[in-house]
Amino acid sequence: MAGMTLTEKILARHAGKPSVQPGDNIWVDVDILMTHDVCGPGTIGVFHQNFGRDAKVWDRDKVVIIPDHYIFTADAMANRNVDVLRSFVAEQKLPHFYDVGTDRYKGVCHIALPEEGHTRPGEILLGTDSHTCTAGAFGEFATGIGNTDAGFVLGTGKTWLKVPPTLRFVFKGELPPYLMAKDLILAVIGDIGCDGATYQAMEFDGDGVFCLGIEERMTLCNMAIEAGGKNGIIRADKKTVDFVKSRDKSGKPFVVEQSDPDARFAREWVYDVTKLKPVVAKPHSPDNRAYVDELKGSAIDRAYIGSCTGGKMTDFRAAARLLKGHTVKVDTFVVPATSEVARQLRTERVDGGPTLEEVFLSAGAKMGEPSCAACLGGPSDTFGRLNTPLKCISTTNRNFPGRMGHKQAEVFLASPLTVAASALTGTITDPREFLA
Amino acid sequence: MTLQPVIQGKAYVLGDNIDTDQIIPAQYLTFNPAIPEEYRQFGKYALAGVPAPQGGLPKGHVPFHAPGDEFVSPYRIIVAGRNFGCGSSREHAPVALDAAGIKAVVAEFYARIFFRNSVNGGYLIPFESVKRLCDTVCTGDELRLDVAAGKLENLTARESYELRPLGEVAPILEAGGIFPYARSKGLLKA
Repeated sequence: MAGMTLTEKILARHAGKPSVQPGDNIWVDVDILMTHDVCGPGTIGVFHQNFGRDAKVWDRDKVVIIPDHYIFTADAMANRNVDVLRSFVAEQKLPHFYDVGTDRYKGVCHIALPEEGHTRPGEILLGTDSHTCTAGAFGEFATGIGNTDAGFVLGTGKTWLKVPPTLRFVFKGELPPYLMAKDLILAVIGDIGCDGATYQAMEFDGDGVFCLGIEERMTLCNMAIEAGGKNGIIRADKKTVDFVKSRDKSGKPFVVEQSDPDARFAREWVYDVTKLKPVVAKPHSPDNRAYVDELKGSAIDRAYIGSCTGGKMTDFRAAARLLKGHTVKVDTFVVPATSEVARQLRTERVDGGPTLEEVFLSAGAKMGEPSCAACLGGPSDTFGRLNTPLKCISTTNRNFPGRMGHKQAEVFLASPLTVAASALTGTITDPREFLA
Repeated sequence: MTLQPVIQGKAYVLGDNIDTDQIIPAQYLTFNPAIPEEYRQFGKYALAGVPAPQGGLPKGHVPFHAPGDEFVSPYRIIVAGRNFGCGSSREHAPVALDAAGIKAVVAEFYARIFFRNSVNGGYLIPFESVKRLCDTVCTGDELRLDVAAGKLENLTARESYELRPLGEVAPILEAGGIFPYARSKGLLKA
């Protein structure tokens, strides 16, 4: 019997099969289902319509509800949708709800899930959001689904999946100080295209990956969907297991696996990370790659640091390294992904001096409340939303037309280092100019 | 929805990488598709995010809705290029096209989640064409889609095009989505 990839092993175990092959259609048991305020109301509707008004979810402990998209808005419909979540949580007595306006409020679901101990190696995590693939950084199978699939899972705990072939991306060497995981994943998407991994798993491997911290690994897996990937995945190592154990409140056992030595990969790419340069994705597609030094001097109107992709502590520490003691030249918006990140920005100091938040504020940046905010536009009063055709450099994940608001706005995706360097000059700037 | 054997109507043609933000922009996701009156609203905003020059190829600048009906479009079939429906997992995207009266999309290939949502929710038939058609078919052409035979005829241009078989998703589409399919297979109580 041929070996299996990590993704194949997890899927086989959850289908109760000794092995699976790419292309097999299988029914799997789901470990965690996550939904939020944008897709939750539709999912709950599908659940009630199909299982009945009095039906109960398959396992209260496996459902996680995290309002995060349209939170700090006066939009009555958006606020109504959070109420729909509240009624469902009350009706079902769901324990894992992170409600707005309470101490439990978290913010961006993909960062909240690991912070609150809902990500474990070897599990299957499904969420009604395309960036659910972020959790692949914990050695699990994680992917985004729609309302109908989520409604089905709520009632049955099961879904059907087609086993994807796995692509392997091997990063060799240690990342230079001017590069971040964002540069690596933008380089990959630039190489394979925003449909290059369609229906396929993306496994990240090599010493260049395992020397990264957990948050940087999350950034890699987070943008698998931007190449069309079904999931991104990194096998769990000691860093992963230590992180998961420090956060997991359930104490459930988990399975740490890796791809077999004779596993079949559909294709493999190898990168020497020491030879890469800072990357941006130009408008209007995440695969429209350029190197930062090729765009040097292009004027921008705005800089944005936030989202599941670029709103974690590692992202803010990187930005603060450049912004400390300087003043931004364009409107700069800083949005922590979660309330935990926001708290840490107020307490963690840069080189024993000011806190990260003080660094951002004294540089002239505007600080927002933890949520998805302008990454996906949203209601017109959303913090940082591009309501006019501005040029924005952003640590977010997607730059198709209209993504951050206005259809004619131009969004450049880049690492937090590149965004911070560009904020300081008002033009697209290579972070090496400030790190030298 | 049950599978119509033949779908006939006008084509609306789009290019590559039509992502879900173009199909239904994020500010309209506050409507709840589980509420019928709000489901209808999605029809009004379907394709509202497509930049005008790329809407209704080859000329572009063709409105998706006609005067007199702001909810249901006069077009029945969307013809598109590569990677249709990429981006977010929002099921509001196939919902919006369904609410606007779209019965099928014929693209070179689809982003995975959009394809899955279209099939499992039973909103529309996502056909793949053997050859790229978005440079051949013109917006407004009268198309006849023989679903069972997997054949697309362009009655305006007097051409016909080959489509890929629906394969393993055909029974789910025939049943009308994943719930009726699972019931018919005894996977769920009827």
